[in-house]
Amino acid sequence: MSGHMNLTLKVWRQKNTQTPGKFVTYKAENISPDMSFLEMLDVVNESLTRKNEEPIYFDHDCREGICGSCSLYINGRPHGPKRAITTCQLHMRTFSDGETITIEPWRSAAFPIVKDLATDRSAFDRIQQAGGYVSVNTGGVPDANTIPIPKVIADEAFNSATCIGCGACVAACKNASAMLFTSAKITQLGLLPQGQPERYSRVQAMVAQMDEEGFGNCTNTGACEAECPKEITLNNIAFMNNDFFSAKLFREEHAHDHTGGE
Amino acid sequence: MSLDAKIPQGPLAEKWSKHKFNLKLVNPSNKRKYDVIVVGTGLAGASAAASLAELGYNVKSFCFQDSPRRAHSIAAQGGINAAKNYQNDGDSVYRLFYDTIKGGDYRAREGNVYRLAEVSVNIIDQCVAQGVPFAREYGGLLDNRSFGGSQVSRTFYARGQTGQQLLLGAYSALNRQIHLGKVKMYTRTEMLDVVVVDGHAKGIVTRNLKTGAIETHEGHAVLLATGGYGNVFYLSTNAIGSNVTAAWRAHKRGAYFANPCYTQIHPTCIPVTGDHQSKLTLMSESLRNDGRVWAPKTVETAQKLRNKEITASQVKEEDRDYFLERKYPSFGNLVPRDVASRNTKEISDEGKGVGTTGLAVYLDFAEAIERLGEDTVRAKYGNLFDMYLQITDENPYKQPMRIYPAVHYTMGGLWVDYNLSTTIPGLYAMGECNFSDHGANRLGASALMQGLSDGYFVIPYTLGDYLATIGPKKVDTSHPAFEQTKKDVIAYNNKLLALKGNKTVVEYHRELGHIIWEYCGMARTEEGLTKAKALIKALKADFWVNAIVTGEDEEVNAALERAGRVADFIELGELMITDALERRESCGGHFRLESQTEEGEALRDDDNFAFVSAWEFTGENQEEVLHKEELIFENVKLTQRSYK
Repeated sequence: MSGHMNLTLKVWRQKNTQTPGKFVTYKAENISPDMSFLEMLDVVNESLTRKNEEPIYFDHDCREGICGSCSLYINGRPHGPKRAITTCQLHMRTFSDGETITIEPWRSAAFPIVKDLATDRSAFDRIQQAGGYVSVNTGGVPDANTIPIPKVIADEAFNSATCIGCGACVAACKNASAMLFTSAKITQLGLLPQGQPERYSRVQAMVAQMDEEGFGNCTNTGACEAECPKEITLNNIAFMNNDFFSAKLFREEHAHDHTGGE
Repeated sequence: MSLDAKIPQGPLAEKWSKHKFNLKLVNPSNKRKYDVIVVGTGLAGASAAASLAELGYNVKSFCFQDSPRRAHSIAAQGGINAAKNYQNDGDSVYRLFYDTIKGGDYRAREGNVYRLAEVSVNIIDQCVAQGVPFAREYGGLLDNRSFGGSQVSRTFYARGQTGQQLLLGAYSALNRQIHLGKVKMYTRTEMLDVVVVDGHAKGIVTRNLKTGAIETHEGHAVLLATGGYGNVFYLSTNAIGSNVTAAWRAHKRGAYFANPCYTQIHPTCIPVTGDHQSKLTLMSESLRNDGRVWAPKTVETAQKLRNKEITASQVKEEDRDYFLERKYPSFGNLVPRDVASRNTKEISDEGKGVGTTGLAVYLDFAEAIERLGEDTVRAKYGNLFDMYLQITDENPYKQPMRIYPAVHYTMGGLWVDYNLSTTIPGLYAMGECNFSDHGANRLGASALMQGLSDGYFVIPYTLGDYLATIGPKKVDTSHPAFEQTKKDVIAYNNKLLALKGNKTVVEYHRELGHIIWEYCGMARTEEGLTKAKALIKALKADFWVNAIVTGEDEEVNAALERAGRVADFIELGELMITDALERRESCGGHFRLESQTEEGEALRDDDNFAFVSAWEFTGENQEEVLHKEELIFENVKLTQRSYK
């Protein structure tokens, strides 16, 4: 078939969290440029399966860039060479015939490897559980149009809210910092009127959990912003730092355990 | 067993309020004595788990993904309907009810649909209170847009990623309850069976997808919110992991499966390019607010376009057929999905399709860009245009999108009564995995509404009635049903792992998809369906001899996961065909070529088919038994749907 490519893949294989891993080389043959990167791996896995060898394991689900499952470190960059897309949105037309592609999992102490290219990102869930919400129960809330929100504020909050929790920011960061991820939620809720009552307790609770999980701190390199598939900006980190210092310096009284009561 | 839908008596508008009052309550200090299992963390599952935990129940929540935030509701694009009438354009609860009943081609229950329309307004309030950043007008109030099958603007949205924002709202409410210790979250855990004790659901059996451990979990009730079965077609807009396994295994334990042949083929998806394709991508219905659907008027022009001798922009205005606007002047491009899909297929079948395969028509934004400017169009649909560009390498700002129908949603699902209870007491089904509200065709922006309605506002009431009835006595896990169900699951998995044939599970899945798409897709016939049934039976027999399942049980094993899901899809596929054969009428997404009007629209047979088909599993390789629930219409008059 014309236009089809043959590639060499160097893939990280690791049986489970405890067992050390290593790179294994595979051939990906007769790959169409219209395939997505994950479809290319599907082809490799089908041929491994037919040889009764264990397929390469990776997280994936929606395959349209929104669920945040896919998480491949391709040729030294989270989600590969193109900006503002996830691994599943990367298409093989980005690569050339004969190329060697190195595929690794996210590398961070806070994201232990589950198997091969899949990591355990439950630390992200625990950061959200620490305070990434507005404490309202179902029912008994006011009519949705009771509180007007300026369009620019709503739009900014939306931009922060588009984070898909994939972890590319951590994978990109030399400090394995989760500050872009954490600050996106803090900024979304901090901008909106609904988020004000818990604004300062939230930032402290979430930052404390982030530290506890073993993520590093931000040193303003900006690799996270450059690699974020949803183009979450460093302004979010600035917003979070501002609220965090403000809470620590002036609002210590709000720093109670952020449980929202029962 | 007779099917009692338990629709409350009395006037339509009073049914739900009266019913809520009549339901038994569990007093606050007793709620903490109950354990409730919720499977699935999409809109229905996450909202139910959070709301029940807020009430005081102990909730165990399960998802097969690595995080509850990744459930497939996250991918819903366009919006959520609510009868707020913020636009002053004549909307009301009754109008949303009426549009939904009509859109579903009169094959849904009046009582359920009215309740859905009624609580729709609460959903928007709830989501806004959680901090969901819906689109707003410059004055700071909420914005709306239009969706198919309706002539008012009642769809709330957050750019082209409304599902993501609503799900993250529900996920945040769930997280709060996890933090408070009221929800115990089990991720990477797949439900493989339901434990039935003396006729009541009392627990589930799961596989830990990290360790392979098979475990049992007990609860006073089990709530399934496990999504639809669109992946039976192999190619669909669903996520790769979306599956029918939890619902199907429940079906095999006694829960009836309703209307399996009602599936939704969405008109505007990116066309298939080749065999390598693993999934299809939707282009939101919201695009039909501004995009115009057309195909060339003649086969000759279409051929030139397919051969790339000319481009779409070179086709003169008078040589274009805006076929939806032409045939349906009052709804135009915003006809319901089944109608738009069928017309697109017809045009392609006539040889007027475009793209290299000829299986596509255009969705054109040139006029909208001219009228509104590129920036406005980008602000409204930017992320969708970007997605299209990534996949096709074509710029939709410069040339029209190519679109073709693809499987998107399944209206069928586990049969539930008005309380969302399946035919197994204690086992409930919510969201897409039940059948209840959309009839034979779902209107756009109604899936998010139904998922959240079930989870936030229906189940918290109806479940209490059941729990109060059975009492808070601890579930006895020493009952032999727990151990036996676990043994059954282990035996089944071992049977799968023993398959060391010569054909991959993915190949079987693709083959199944071809059969269902060909014979049980947009057009169905007695002859084709009969043939398909034989093909599926043969496929099933072959699977259990020649499939390859690699790896072992006691570890991460994606091959085993996929094998179990595909085996279930094959069985469900056969039931879909049986159901489609049985229903000798056309309605909504179920189009039997033998039953159409002179103009080629779906022709219902209300005298013989105004019922819900509920299928009972009677044993491996046995024909299922049909039970009928008559649909009673006291408020709307059944007419031929017209969008002209």
